[in-house]
Amino acid sequence: MTKTIRLALLASTMLGTAAWAEDVTLTVESWRNDDLAIWKDKIIPAFEAANPGIKINFAPSAPPEYNAVLNSKLDAGSAGDLITCRPFDASLELFKKGKLADLTDLAAMANFSDVAKSAWQTDDGKQTFCVPMASVIHGFIYNKNAFAELGLEPPKTEAEFFALLDKIKEDGTYIPMAMGTTDQWEAATMGYQNIGPNYWKGEEGRKALLAGTQKLTDEAWVAPFRQLAKWKDYLGDGFEAQTYPDSQNLFTLGRAAIYPAGSWEIGVFGPQIGGAFEMGAFPPPVPAEGDKCYISDHTDIGLGLNAATKHPEEARKFLEWVGSPEFAELYANALPGFFSLNSTPVEMQDPLAKEFVSWRQNCEPTIRSTYQILSRGTPNLENETWTASANVITGAETPEAAAERLQKGLASWYEPQQK
Amino acid sequence: MAQRKAFRWHIMVFLAPAVLVYTAIMIVPLFGTLNLSLFNTTEEGRVFVGLKNFATLFGDPRWSERFWNALGNNAWFFLVHMLVQNPVGVALAALLSSPRLRGAAFYRTAIFIPTILSFVIVGFVWKLILSPIWGIAPGMLDAVGLKGLFAPWLGREGSALTTLALISVWQFVGIPMMLIYAALLSIPDEVIEAAEMDGVTGWSQFWKIKLPLILPSIGIISILTFVGNFNAFDLIYVTQGALAGPNFSTDILGTFLYRTFFGFQLQIGDPHMGATIATAMFGIILLGVSLYLFTVHRRLRRYQF
Repeated sequence: MTKTIRLALLASTMLGTAAWAEDVTLTVESWRNDDLAIWKDKIIPAFEAANPGIKINFAPSAPPEYNAVLNSKLDAGSAGDLITCRPFDASLELFKKGKLADLTDLAAMANFSDVAKSAWQTDDGKQTFCVPMASVIHGFIYNKNAFAELGLEPPKTEAEFFALLDKIKEDGTYIPMAMGTTDQWEAATMGYQNIGPNYWKGEEGRKALLAGTQKLTDEAWVAPFRQLAKWKDYLGDGFEAQTYPDSQNLFTLGRAAIYPAGSWEIGVFGPQIGGAFEMGAFPPPVPAEGDKCYISDHTDIGLGLNAATKHPEEARKFLEWVGSPEFAELYANALPGFFSLNSTPVEMQDPLAKEFVSWRQNCEPTIRSTYQILSRGTPNLENETWTASANVITGAETPEAAAERLQKGLASWYEPQQK
Repeated sequence: MAQRKAFRWHIMVFLAPAVLVYTAIMIVPLFGTLNLSLFNTTEEGRVFVGLKNFATLFGDPRWSERFWNALGNNAWFFLVHMLVQNPVGVALAALLSSPRLRGAAFYRTAIFIPTILSFVIVGFVWKLILSPIWGIAPGMLDAVGLKGLFAPWLGREGSALTTLALISVWQFVGIPMMLIYAALLSIPDEVIEAAEMDGVTGWSQFWKIKLPLILPSIGIISILTFVGNFNAFDLIYVTQGALAGPNFSTDILGTFLYRTFFGFQLQIGDPHMGATIATAMFGIILLGVSLYLFTVHRRLRRYQF
C-alpha cells in the first residue's frame, strides 16, 4: 500500500520536475504525522509564497518507528533533505556520523538561547546542528465541567492531589485518571518525567545525576516511583491493556476527569472534544505546601540538514526561515502546545496553551532526566525507565527494586556513576 | 571404449534463475549477517572481534537475561502452537473429510480466511476485541454471565504471551487443516474399503489407518510451525510494540532482534549485536530443523499405493 503510494509520489515528482524544471523540491522527514494537515495548509504555503522556486514535501512516519526508519534511510542514502531532529543523543550520533550538516553559521541561530540550542549541540557546545523548533511542557489536563460538577479545585500539593482523586473515585461518575500501561512510555513520560522534577529539584538533580553525585536509588529519584505506585487505584478498569489512544479517547469522551499530559495534546484534544466540555490544566503538585515548583519544559523538536542533500542552498534558506520569528508565531499558533524556543516572545491565542506556558514564570524548567548523555549506553536508561514506570504502576516491581535496577544498569556503563 | 557423456548444459540453464535469485536475496545476505556478527565498532571504526559479541550475548547478564527470556518465551509460543494449532488442525481436517458433513466447502473457506489476512489487521482486530474499554469480549462474556472471567489479558504478565499465541493459532489453524485435509483426501478408497471389510471403522479407523498415513504431513507441518514461530515478530510488534510488554513477558527472539538491530526510541541501533542475535536465531532454527530431519523425518514410514 505505502509502496504504491510512494511509487505514485515518485512518479508524480518526476513528472513534476519534468514540467517545472526550475523548481527544487525539499523533502522533510518527521515523526509528527499528526501535523500533516498543518504543514500542508499553513506552514508550507507561507514559505512557498515567499520563496518561489522551492517546493516543500512533508513526509512523516509513525513516531515509534521514526528513529529506526530514519537511520536506515540515511544509511541507504534515501533520506529527505531536511531531518526533524529528536533532542540530544539520537541526533548527536547522526551528526557525529556525518549524516547531519553543521549549522553553527546559520544566521537564524542568533535567535535562540543557549538552553534552547543545548539539545542539538556537541557536548562542548561549539557546534550546533539543528534549528530548535519547539518544546513541550508536562502537567495535568482536567475536565473543568467534571470538576465544577463535583465541586473540586485543582490541587497544589501531593496530599491535595490524592484527596482529589479519592473524591472522584468515591463519586464514581468519572474515572479519576486516564492512563494505561500497555504502551509503557505513557507511564514513563506522562508519569515519572511529569511529576519527578518536583522531587529531584529539576536541573539541580539532573546535573547531579550526570556528575555522579546523586544516584537513582536516592530518595529524590525513588519518591516519584512511590507516587506512581499509588496511581494504580485511580486508573480505569483494565488499565493494564489500555493503550495511549485509549487514554486519549477516555478523556476526550468525558469519561475520565484528569489526564496526565504533555502539552502536545492541546492541539489534538481541542477538536476532538469539540466544545463538549472545557479543559483546564494544573502543574504537577509539589510534595508540600510552599515548596518550589519544577516543570518539565522539554526541548523536543528541531530541524536539521541532511549532509548528503543535493540542494543545500535551498534547504538552508528554509532553515533560516524556520529560525525566524515569523515561523515561530505561525508554528506556535498552528500547533498550540508546542512552545516556540525562539527568543522573540510569541503571542498565543489558545487559553490552555497560555495556561501551560504561564507556569514558566513561577516554576523552574528542566528537561527530561534521561535524555542528555544518560541514554548513550546499553542498557538504555530511557527505555529501561519505560519498563520500570509501567512495572511500578502495575505492581510488578516495587519502587525500590525498580530504582535499584535502573541504577545498576546505568552504573554498568556510565563512569561517573561507578564510584 | 566408454565414451564420456556430454556435459548436460541444459540442467544448469534451468537451475540458473532459481539459484541466482536465491543466492542474491537469501544466501549472500545470510553470510553478510554471519560476517557482521564478528565485527564491532570502536573508536578506530569497524574492527574484527571474533566471537566477542557472542561472549557478550551469552556472558553479560543483561544481554543473556534478555536472550534467555526471549528464547523461553519463544519456546512457549511454539509449544502452544504444537499443542493447540496442530491437533485442532488435524481434528478439523478429519471432520471436513467426513462425507456426511454438509457445507464442508463453507467451513473450509471460513476457517482458512484468517490465514490470508495481514498480521497487522489480525493484531489490531484482536487488540480491539479484547480491549477492556471498547472491546466486545467483556460484553459477550457478560451476556452469558461470565463477566467475572474477563481480565485485560494482553496487559497481564501472566497471560499476555499465551493470549498472543492463541491469536496466532486462530489465524494459522487453516494451514495444517488444509495440508492434512489434502493428505486425507489422497488416501485411496481401496485402503479405506479394505479396512471396512476387516471391520475397522470410526475412531479406530482414524487412529489405525488414516493417522499413520498422514504422519509425514504432520511432520512437515511441525517443522513449518517451528521455523515460523522462531522467526515470528509481526504479531507481537503490532499488538505490544517493540518493547514487548508488559515487562518483556511477550519478548520473543524477533522483537529482541528488532530492538537491538534497528534501535528503539532513544536506543540507537547496534547492527553488530543485532547480527549476533540473528546468527544465534539462525543457529537455533538450523539445530531444530536438523534434529527433526535426522531423528524424526528419516524414521517416518511412507506408503506407496
